[in-house]
Amino acid sequence: MSKHHVTTTINGEPMEYLCEGQQTMLDVLRDELGLTGSKEGCSSGDCGACTIICDGNIVCSCLMLGVEAEGRTVTTIEGIAEGDKLHPVQQKFLEHAALQCGFCTPGLIVAAKALLDTTLNPTEEEARFWLAGNLCRCTGYDKILRAVMDAASVMRAEAGR
Amino acid sequence: MPRVNYEAPTSVDDAVKLLAGASGLAKVLSGGTDLLVQLRSGRVKPDLIVDTKRIPGIIGIREDGDFFVVGAATPGVMLSSHAGIEHAWPGIVEGADLIGSTQIQGRASLAGNLCNASPAADSVPAVIAARTIVVVAGPNGRREAPAESICTGPGRTSLAKGEFIVEFKIPKPKPHQCDAYLRFIPRTEMDIAVVGCGTNVTLDANGVCTDARVVLGAVAPTTVIVEDAAKALISHKLDEPTLAALDAAAQAACKPITDKRGTIEYRTKVAGVLARRTATIAFERAAAR
Repeated sequence: MSKHHVTTTINGEPMEYLCEGQQTMLDVLRDELGLTGSKEGCSSGDCGACTIICDGNIVCSCLMLGVEAEGRTVTTIEGIAEGDKLHPVQQKFLEHAALQCGFCTPGLIVAAKALLDTTLNPTEEEARFWLAGNLCRCTGYDKILRAVMDAASVMRAEAGR
Repeated sequence: MPRVNYEAPTSVDDAVKLLAGASGLAKVLSGGTDLLVQLRSGRVKPDLIVDTKRIPGIIGIREDGDFFVVGAATPGVMLSSHAGIEHAWPGIVEGADLIGSTQIQGRASLAGNLCNASPAADSVPAVIAARTIVVVAGPNGRREAPAESICTGPGRTSLAKGEFIVEFKIPKPKPHQCDAYLRFIPRTEMDIAVVGCGTNVTLDANGVCTDARVVLGAVAPTTVIVEDAAKALISHKLDEPTLAALDAAAQAACKPITDKRGTIEYRTKVAGVLARRTATIAFERAAAR
């Protein structure tokens, strides 16, 4: 069985790789490309630890084949900060201590960033529903929600400047 | 995961050739939110995966005369952000939007939900209640079939070897026609329906029901069109005797199982309750147009 040659864009960089038909995007990111920020939690689309942005939509990279990325635009947790400058969601996760073990954090940050890409004025209820596919077993979600809502207010202020 | 061949044809004809010519099991990949889970668990062992998403038109929504035409692999997020469909059939959007998380909505499709053939599929009751037609491509060309003819039992469909769904033709609503979908789950998000109910009604200018379809999910091996529930609504306004007759008809149509989500008795009772509630919402929406 020959490998597929995939040409894609990951975190703004043109990328090429070889993968087998059954390899998931998560497998490719972690095992072929060394992008180990996306985590494997459940491998069934329940936990959201592997969340990436593909052509503008958040998806579970465990439920996407690596070969499907051909011609697509993918953003992973490694592409959220701009160089050394943290994204407001990342900064607020630190300030609010919105994590404990950290395993769910990359997926939550990618998902929250995508929410704030679509709206800078989410209600807390909207944010909770948007993030319902990201499980955290440590924090009880309260600090996460505070961080996301705070990041939204920072981004609103930046946008109004 | 076990090795599997992957093909991404760029035309319907090529997809049919691949599916029809496969020596072993061939599976269609739309959003993959069921298929990849089944692949990993070993529940399905395909020799070939045919990804339909490179076929022009298979993702997207267009209007064609009296129909909305929804491409088979259109993800939920596109359906719920389509103003035309959202306005015409809020119940269909409610059902599709309940499937999984935001991440799942980025991939999961109507065709995948229908062909996965779970009796608890959330998008299916309202799609059937709207009398949706599916366009199926296969070795003998294209055919059209009512959406309710596709699922024949848990995990089984009426699609023959080489066939796959290309698009859904959803009729546009008539005057004073609208729908609603509700499901019951033990939590507020991310679960599978204990019972789902899609109700689609057409009223006359006086609020009397002239046509109806009531469709239940998760209470039988397949989604159930409850003819007696429609009869209970037609020629009536939505008063308490009508709701009581609807409730009884919905309960009578249930042939559920007992599992961790609910008992036979519980599911049957909830089916009646959801029939009442969806009918009430659908009547209000239809009357408001």
